[in-house]
Amino acid sequence: MAIFLNENSKVVVQGMTGSEGQKHTRRMIASGTNIVGGVNPRKAGESVDFDGTSVPVFGSVKESMDATGADVSVVFVPPAFTKAAVIEAVDAGMPLVVVITEGVPVHDTAEFFAYAQAKGTTRIIGPNCPGLISPGRSNAGIIPADIAKGGRVGLVSKSGTLTYQMMYELRDYGFSSAVGIGGDPIIGTTHIDCLQAFEDDPETDAIVMIGEIGGDAEERAAEYIKDNVTKPVVGYVAGFTAPEGKTMGHAGAIVSGSSGTAQAKKEALEAVGVKVGKTPSETAQLMREVLEKL
Amino acid sequence: MEYQAKELFAKHDVPVTLGTVVENPDDAAEAARGLGGRVVVKAQVKTGGRGKAGGVKLAETPEEAVERARDILGMDIKGHTVHRVLIAPTADIAEEYYFSFLVDRAHRNYLCIASIEGGVEIEEIARTNPDAVAKVSIDPGTGVDDAKAAEIVAATRFPEEVAEEAKAVIKKLWDVFIKEDASLVEVNPLVRLGDGHLEALDGKVTLDENADFRHEDHAQFEDKAAADPLEAEAKEKGLNYVKLDGEVGIIGNGAGLVMSTLDVVAYAGEKHSGVKPANFLDIGGGASAQVMANGLHIILNDPQVKSVFVNVFGGITACDAVADGIVHALEMLGDEANKPLVVRLDGNNVEEGRRILNEANHPLVTMVDTMDGAADRAAELAAK
Repeated sequence: MAIFLNENSKVVVQGMTGSEGQKHTRRMIASGTNIVGGVNPRKAGESVDFDGTSVPVFGSVKESMDATGADVSVVFVPPAFTKAAVIEAVDAGMPLVVVITEGVPVHDTAEFFAYAQAKGTTRIIGPNCPGLISPGRSNAGIIPADIAKGGRVGLVSKSGTLTYQMMYELRDYGFSSAVGIGGDPIIGTTHIDCLQAFEDDPETDAIVMIGEIGGDAEERAAEYIKDNVTKPVVGYVAGFTAPEGKTMGHAGAIVSGSSGTAQAKKEALEAVGVKVGKTPSETAQLMREVLEKL
Repeated sequence: MEYQAKELFAKHDVPVTLGTVVENPDDAAEAARGLGGRVVVKAQVKTGGRGKAGGVKLAETPEEAVERARDILGMDIKGHTVHRVLIAPTADIAEEYYFSFLVDRAHRNYLCIASIEGGVEIEEIARTNPDAVAKVSIDPGTGVDDAKAAEIVAATRFPEEVAEEAKAVIKKLWDVFIKEDASLVEVNPLVRLGDGHLEALDGKVTLDENADFRHEDHAQFEDKAAADPLEAEAKEKGLNYVKLDGEVGIIGNGAGLVMSTLDVVAYAGEKHSGVKPANFLDIGGGASAQVMANGLHIILNDPQVKSVFVNVFGGITACDAVADGIVHALEMLGDEANKPLVVRLDGNNVEEGRRILNEANHPLVTMVDTMDGAADRAAELAAK
């Protein structure tokens, strides 16, 4: 099963012919992802060779879906063109659109997210995210495929490198799916969406949730966990030492006044019974204890 | 800053009086004369609470304006030094309102917050008189049209006599929010003048840096004078750096991992004379020798730094490339590299990375295998 992405997923890449797109398409193919096409109107009809795998380029997302039955799109196009690319995918009825691009204006994200909500047929993950992986089955984005094997832990995180770090810490247990939801102020898929999907996934036994300063997504996730999640959840929050009013790398990672602090998030999670580690390694240790009892 | 917000308001026809910005107190006299003599002298800093801090003063005459400007220029308001004051005409205020548009992260759309009880901070109004605060959600797909503007006016309970003008002003403020790619547009106070018209008397606009590519004119709003010199230099080199008050310099890859590294160092510091992280520095995915050298250069120029912790998880980037980067960066920096470096590498091609650093055997470099262990060692070295 896994969530959102599995061995049957057929993936197209918007922006496959750009340098980032090519590099990561090669990596995705190498990790066993079924890449069925790329999209670029200026190179329609051509194909790109990735170490012996020839991938056709289509003129539009719609054409790629009609020709291949693609159900996932990974977006690598530059920020100025991301909104148009996502709206095109939504119009084509693409079920899952994973937006890797960093630096998308928040108004563009607000607009394409609202557009997708109104259509009701597309899930967006990102932007500014590493994508998601169901190890051993499929990999849609830039998460290194060789960190951890398939297993029964679900992982959801705002941060890319903390996703990698946590997968590495728990590599002997392995993951059903790991989803990097991104660090922007507005994102298509939230902690709550992933918690719900992991709760419903029979192949996930326990969930690691990684958050960071800014906004109140972790607090709302805590509320959700209280009433809806029966599987054990272990949490980690980054940014206890972040000063007020400074953006810490991610556009959304900012403590404003007294809101958005790591301490408040940790307390909200602990109040609903989520064990929260002080460091990534302590968090992994807490998860090990949970898994050993299952 | 206020005068910059007002410039953006004026650009989109929001009713506003710009006044004159001066950096030298003597220039305040002429500015005041041009505005009729009686003026308000207002500190221009990127923070709220200027009035309470004594940064906003009334001057009855041009001579007095010079005196007030002299008092206010150079003042420190919440850590911001005042380099400019705005000389603004006095306004005949009948009523003060609050108005803002912002990005609503929780609902992933936009929110309008407005109140007819303006003039104080909105958090204050929300605490003392929550019923007076109107919140209207805005769909990014449809935005603020006539109907939405009317809904906002009704929800805020603007007085009948300003309702029509309020609708027009709201639509112009919406233009500022959307066309300038702002994540926040705040007017406080929005005032009704004695003559019955509305005016944005003070305001704040937060622009989305991600949208700079379609706003060439936004570069002028960057306050280079107020930025920390190391932060300014880092920005020029394209590095994501935030200066903090501590002794352990931090370099890492990925915003989340670097934030986490700061925390782990702060915990470790509790056991070592309370040393703290000195900075946030994310060198991103491709940690080339040049980027590593640029990062180390910035950190080693922070006089507070006693040790440096390089924490890299090789995801896309292979650890051997990072190790090469560190070795070459130290060669490039030469004598400038004079503080101990603790390096923790993990992930993609870690054995090769560790081998390269072992072989280089640089006297300043210590390798530690785990993040917690390395943080402890870096804190210990900084505490010496």
